[in-house]
Order: sequence, then structure tokens, then C-alpha cells
Amino acid sequence: MEIVVCIKQVPDTTEVRIDPVTNTLIRQGVPSIVNPFDKNALEAALQLKTKYGGKVTVLSMGPPQAKEALKECLAMGADEAILMSDRAFGGSDTLATSHTLAAGIKKIGKVDIIICGKQAIDGDTAQVGPEIAEHLDITQVTYVAKIESVEGNTIRVQREHEEGYEVIDAQLPILLTVVKSINEPRTATVKGVMKANRKEITTWTVDDIVVNASAIGLKGSPTQVRRIFSPEQRVQGEMIQADSAREAAATLASRLLDAKII
Amino acid sequence: MAVVVNKDECIGCGACAGACPFGAIVMESDKAVITDACTVCGACVDTCPVGAITRTVEKKEIAINKDDYKGVWVYIEQVDGHARNVGYELLNEGRKLANAMKQELAAVIIGEHVDHLTKEAIARGANKVYLVEGSEFKHYSTDAYTITFADLINTYKPSVLLMGATNDGRDLGPRVSCRVTTGLTADCTNLGIDEATGLVAWTRPAFGGNIMATILCPDHRPQMGTIRPNVFKRVEPDYNLTGEVVKVASKVKAADIRTKLIEIIKEGTVACNLEEAEIIVSGGRGMGNPENFALIEELASVLGGAVGSSRAAVDAGWMSALHQVGQSGKTVGPKVYFACGISGAIQHVAGMSSSDVIIAINKDPEATIFKIANYGIVGDVLEVIPALIEEIKKIKAAH
Repeated sequence: MEIVVCIKQVPDTTEVRIDPVTNTLIRQGVPSIVNPFDKNALEAALQLKTKYGGKVTVLSMGPPQAKEALKECLAMGADEAILMSDRAFGGSDTLATSHTLAAGIKKIGKVDIIICGKQAIDGDTAQVGPEIAEHLDITQVTYVAKIESVEGNTIRVQREHEEGYEVIDAQLPILLTVVKSINEPRTATVKGVMKANRKEITTWTVDDIVVNASAIGLKGSPTQVRRIFSPEQRVQGEMIQADSAREAAATLASRLLDAKII
Repeated sequence: MAVVVNKDECIGCGACAGACPFGAIVMESDKAVITDACTVCGACVDTCPVGAITRTVEKKEIAINKDDYKGVWVYIEQVDGHARNVGYELLNEGRKLANAMKQELAAVIIGEHVDHLTKEAIARGANKVYLVEGSEFKHYSTDAYTITFADLINTYKPSVLLMGATNDGRDLGPRVSCRVTTGLTADCTNLGIDEATGLVAWTRPAFGGNIMATILCPDHRPQMGTIRPNVFKRVEPDYNLTGEVVKVASKVKAADIRTKLIEIIKEGTVACNLEEAEIIVSGGRGMGNPENFALIEELASVLGGAVGSSRAAVDAGWMSALHQVGQSGKTVGPKVYFACGISGAIQHVAGMSSSDVIIAINKDPEATIFKIANYGIVGDVLEVIPALIEEIKKIKAAH
């Protein structure tokens, strides 16, 4: 079974702070990490490999420093890592990114399952996965919480839904995006790190793939960022002072009544 | 388009490097250098104290005739013939966009036996409803719905398309936008018209809610966005309104659908549709044990709300992952959010900070959740919640 996992190196947004004076993002000192949902995607791929055999390739598009993220994936157990890196890819929105990654997957060759995290924690769009599937003209299941089985050409998964889970049978090849609850990603062992250090990360530039120059980078990006600004910061409201829980509850209930909440 | 630093004017202060949300600016020999990670967002332009950074816009080759695309469309997502609230919320907001653009507002309804929804859409302001029915639409499938949506867009050419940022909406949206080659802005929390261009200005949070970005789609049509449920208000239906229903035949063939729904597993008895809930009562590790979550469920039920949970409570196995609010769970924006025994880790806050009113109950007076709460009570959740349930019952009984 040939599996490709698409990963993204992202700033750890939980470490991002807002400068209270200038009201801008403080990015200095914020570590770059493998997007957490992508680790769930890789773990799902590694478990499939254990069960059904095959090969796991991790693929990323990004600046040269994204090799660090790919190295971590190799240390977790991925067989091969490919970085698509070129100035021509700069400024890509989700459509151009997915176009580029899809071209990379085509170059890899026959692929049975592509797995992505449900979204990246910096952009939070959840769009690149479905768009890759569209470019490749294969089907998709998003928000996968469980991979039940692969039999022949059919995969059975559970998809998270607002009201519960859908059990879905789908035909391979397929693209899946996974949620956090699907698994607990393994941490790299010392042996894994050493093995990863001996592995080469393949780098592909725009010359290595077949794409139309107008479909990648800024030119291939229909959306443009007009403005970036800091959200209004919430301010602390009323701390209800009371001598007992009963009194505090009564005060809160009357506030909720005044505010027409109840 | 590109962001350019004028090296002669750059004073090497580094303000831009600190402000760049993507870490795409590095200082080399005391000059700012823009790297490959640049997304041309322009955040640095305003921070430069000497105006050394500019954003240049180059004219793109026009791919399509934009004048052919007219009207604002709203997708009315339905499940088993029941429209999700978000569709009606978007009709209200779509009406404002349509008026500003002096164009018509249309609803799109796809499903099996869903023609009763056309009058509901018209009563909420749609001038026109595109209706596609068939047994192939009984349950949502990526393939059948994408084929149908792309066909509608290519035939009737809307200028703007709004969809709810539900699980299905975020499955369908990128698939459709990619097929018709246009831009899609995900998970918006605000919409408007950009004054300079007349384009829809899509505003959305990014970086775990730490920054907001306003996005435009200048040269491709339709301009598409998914919008979070609960952001906009619904209007009261007016059944005197009239509108046209356009029935469109399905072009989906059985072989086109590459997935098959085997079974739907409904989750337990407690409400977990957090995305659409107006009131959410969430519990965290401070609830002490899974049995105490019965209090959370009771308070939610008294208020007619849904039950949420922090990651800690999910990781402890007290609640199913479907209830988890936060960065690795669901992003919610209810009218009222109760955080009970939740300390307020940034990952949790990222998933609920857009709630209208936040109420925090925690025994630790230093808990960070109080910093963003409209009302805070320092106390034992096991004492405060039962008292609150009783008070609310009293008030409800009196009204």
C-alpha cells in the first residue's frame, strides 16, 4: 500500500502572544513545529503500514527550513520525505498550494491513500486536503476519526459529524483528512532520530514537476489578503462577589435574566 | 503582487520582522529581507516606521468575464429535510450583500424530498431558489453534491456564494471552488463590501484566533466563503414574500458517487451539536470526575443548550471527543458559554473566545478563564452549579 502524508511546518500558535502596546503579533521566539493534526495523519499512515504493509512518504511544500519538520516525520517512522521548495511557490493560497502538492503526488506515482490533518493550526482553512483530492480527481473523506479496515479496493472509515459519526465505505485511491481523536501520535525514539539523520530529504523545485506557471504561487492564488489586524481583546467583566455559592448563583441568575439570556 | 523592502530607506529596526505573522522577514546586515515564506499579507507595511516597505500589485490576466456573474447565493444545507440554522443566518447576511451590490439573492437547496424548504428560503428573503432533488442526495456525499454545485455555478453564474462552515460545508466548499477554479475563504466571522473595489471582504480569524485577516477574491468568480454558524442572526420568516423556484435536473450518475454511507452512529443522548448551539455548558478537569458531568448535562438541559468539554476532560476519558471545544476540537461561538472548572488554557480559549457572553465558574481565583469572562464566580462547581440550576428553574417557572 502506497501512502502519502501531506504535512506543514507551522508556528506553534499556542506560543504566539499579542504585544499589549502595539497590539501586534509577537512571533519572535515562537518555535516551528509539525502541524499537530498532520502528526495524527502520519500516525494513521504508519498504523496502516504495520497492518497492510507498504510505504509511507511524507510530502511538504515550504521554505528550506521545513526540512526540520520532515526530519521529525522520518524519525517517527516515515520511509521517505520530499520537500517542494521554490521561490515560485511563494505567496500561494490554498488553491495554488493544493495544485503544487497534487503535482508532487503525481510525480511520486501510484498512490493508494493520501492522508492530511484536518487543518493547519496557523491558517485553519481545512481546504488544502479536499483541493488536492479534486486536482487528482479522486474521492475524499474529511474529519476521519477511525480507519476500520482496508479490503481490496475498499476502505471503511468513520467520519466525525456534528451529531455523531458516519460509517463510510469508499473506493481507493482516496484522500482522508483526520481529526485528533483518531490516534495518539508516537514520539520519535532515539533510534528513529538516528535513522532519520542518515536519510536524505529529497527536494523538488518547480522544474521537477509538471505545472502551469499561472497555477502556482501568487499567480495561481485567487484570494488575496487585504488586511491583517488584531482582534478586539476581550476585557474582564464582573467578578460576582458573594458569601455563599447559593448567593453567587442567585446573583448570576438575575444578571442572566437582565441580559435576557434566560 | 509582492512585498518589497527599499534597502536604502530601511533603518534595520526589525519592527517588521516582529510583526510578520508568517516569520517571513529576517534581518541580514541590519536590513530587512523578505523570504520565501512571505504571503504578501502586508502586515509589515504599516509597522515600518520609515515607510520603507511597499506592497506592489500587478495586474493579472483576466481569466473570465466577471460581468457574466451576478447575484448572491446562499447554500441551505439540510439534514433529513431539516435546514440547518446557518443557511437561514446567511440568507439574512446575504440579503445585505445583495442590496449593497444591487443584485438578487438566491438560495440553493439540494436533497431528497426537500421542496418544502423552498418556501422557507423565500420567506427569509430569497428572490429565487435553485432546487435540485433526487434520491442520490438523500445523504450528503462529496461527489454528488460537488457535481451538482459545479453544474449550477457553471450554468447560472453567481457572483457570490455563501456556505455554512459545517463539517459538510467545509468538505464541499473547497471541492467546488477548486472544480470551478475560484478562491474560497474558510470559516469567516464577518462579511462586508470592500469600499475601494466593491468586492466581498471576507474576514476570518487565523493563528488560533490571534489575528484577523480580511481576504478578497478579485479576479475569479464566484467569490466563495464558508461562514461559521451562529455569527449572524436569523430573520423571522415572512410568508407573504414571493420568489421564483428554479427546478434543476440532477446530472449525477450512480457511478459518480465513490463513497457509500453504511451507517450513522448518533452520539449518546446529550446534545453535541456545539456548532449550532446558542448556549453551551462546558466542563473541565475541575469537575473532578465523570459522574459530576451529570451537573453539566443538567445545567445544559435546563438552559436548552449543548454540552461541551475541555481537552483535559476528553483526555481523561470523561467525555467523548465530539464534545471537545478548543484548538484540537471544535470552534464554537454561542450566545452564552459556561466554562465550569476550566482553567482557560490558550488552546481552549482559541475555540470559544468569540462567544457573545462567557461565564466562568472556577475555584481558583487566578484561573486565566476569568480574564475573558463577562461574569465570573470563584467557587466550587459542585456547589455553584446545583444552586444555579435551582435558581434558573425558579425563574423559568415564574415566567
